[in-house]
Amino acid sequence: MSRQTKEIIIKYIFLLFALVSVIVLGLIVFSLFREGLPLFKTVSVKDFLFGMEWYPTYDPPSFGIFPLMVGSLIVTLIATLIAVPLGVMSAIYISEIAPQRIKEILKSVIELLAGLPSVVLGFFGMVIVAPWLQETFDLPTGLNIINASVILAIMAIPTISSISEDALYAVPREFKEASYALGATKFETIVQVIVPAALSGISTAVMLGMARAIGETMVVLMVAGGAAAIPESLFDSVRPMPASIAAEMGETPYGSAHYQALFAIGMVLFCLTLAFNLIADYISHKFRQTGSATL
Amino acid sequence: MKKLKHNSMSWRYFKQNVFFTLVRASALIITLALGGIILYIVVNGISAISWEFITRPPTDAMTKGGIMPAILGTIYLTIGAIAIGLPLGVASAIYLTEYAKQGRIIRLIKVGINCLAGVPSVVFGLFGLGFFVIFMKFGSSILSGSLTLGFLILPTIIGASEEALKAVPQTFREASLSLGVSKWQTIYRIVLPNALPGILTGSILGIGRAAGETAPIMFTAAAYFTAKLPGSIFDEVMALPYHIYVLATAGTNIEATRPIQFGTVLVLVAVVLGIDLIAIVIRGYMRRNKGW
Repeated sequence: MSRQTKEIIIKYIFLLFALVSVIVLGLIVFSLFREGLPLFKTVSVKDFLFGMEWYPTYDPPSFGIFPLMVGSLIVTLIATLIAVPLGVMSAIYISEIAPQRIKEILKSVIELLAGLPSVVLGFFGMVIVAPWLQETFDLPTGLNIINASVILAIMAIPTISSISEDALYAVPREFKEASYALGATKFETIVQVIVPAALSGISTAVMLGMARAIGETMVVLMVAGGAAAIPESLFDSVRPMPASIAAEMGETPYGSAHYQALFAIGMVLFCLTLAFNLIADYISHKFRQTGSATL
Repeated sequence: MKKLKHNSMSWRYFKQNVFFTLVRASALIITLALGGIILYIVVNGISAISWEFITRPPTDAMTKGGIMPAILGTIYLTIGAIAIGLPLGVASAIYLTEYAKQGRIIRLIKVGINCLAGVPSVVFGLFGLGFFVIFMKFGSSILSGSLTLGFLILPTIIGASEEALKAVPQTFREASLSLGVSKWQTIYRIVLPNALPGILTGSILGIGRAAGETAPIMFTAAAYFTAKLPGSIFDEVMALPYHIYVLATAGTNIEATRPIQFGTVLVLVAVVLGIDLIAIVIRGYMRRNKGW
């Protein structure tokens, strides 16, 4: 075999390996649809998505996931409201203000926070946050929306912070220098020059942080309380979609309608996070900053 | 108090000080959150840790005894995940950095990797159940769990490897190619050895993630309780994260087993953050001492 042919073969072998990620993504879709789609022979898509009652074990069962979706969206939204200011501001501090030494320590802190297993954070929410909430606000249970949102925010902060920091760091130096030369203070430079220039990256960070929160399982499974109803206050329990899947899959006979419904929830969850990720990808490519020339 | 005029220098610096304080406070809150959680776990968990706790199986319906089978199970699953994720991830990164030219295929691959990175862990669990456990008939086993975790950490390893490969100076490749060495030999003999430390430390962060994940192994590998240790890759195992979940939510007497729960949490956190910390320290050391 000539050297040329060998090199070409090697190249295509590596291409094959690189395609594994795409293939796995395809297999995920295949598995979810294969196990989940049969549900829609008996339940209409409309009843599934907008049905108000999730009673999978009743006779006859009812598979309306609307309360579960509402639960997921609420905890994600509140977690985002907490995590975005903390994440973005810490990124500004790390990238623009902190001295070198503190900067390195903080980056490690963020990385370690990202490394905390979700079951550990869920456990923390159960044994610390829940009893504290219950006593302070005199609630029937501390396992509720607020608790889940706070813990989810802790999980989303590292994503938001580290990606925002990359975006801030990538803003060309000339921008800062021009701003200082015009007599702007450091604060004015950050708020009016650096942050706007990094906005696409920061938006990507927020989208990815939200995707992380909406798909997170153990935290909502352990601390959201598990009530499959539309909540009326922030101290009510909810049952977000991942929690429903994780809690019920163990007790469901293979191939039953309930089993299919859990896979169908997986489809919804997959589509939601895919949408978040594609939007993030679109933002980061469409408004990519490649240097001073593009702005 | 002197009245601060709008746009006066002192007013502008006052705004700056307020902003800097807020920004510092947010960094402090995050640090305190991490510190607080770790401190709380260490303080409450340390009393449960003993040689017996690490080396004995649970007894009396998991209300006493140790967590040895769960530690072992987590080690097996993590090694399995590395065996699958590391070679695939490094090979993908080699294609992306060394071979691929800008174009549709590379765009497709990159979007695919980003989307895979965003797939929720519980959906990975469903995928593992639907594909490996049922479709491939591997059953709930170390094999199914390792495959699921291996694909879960694939995007992390690809990202880390890409970064490490890109950090190898272009001149190294040019020097090798100009000597008449083929592209593959250049990659294999020059680029990979130089990138290897970076690839490994970056991948360690993915490995920590594999050890700590719960949802992907719930339906694919983890057993509530097994008296015997696994004999083959087709056996179920106990695992630290799942053990914590089971004890904290489904145990016969949740309050009574709190010390064991804290002990298990401490062991898991020590393992995962220990792995991460080693990676971070080695990486910092390498960055400072790189000759090129």
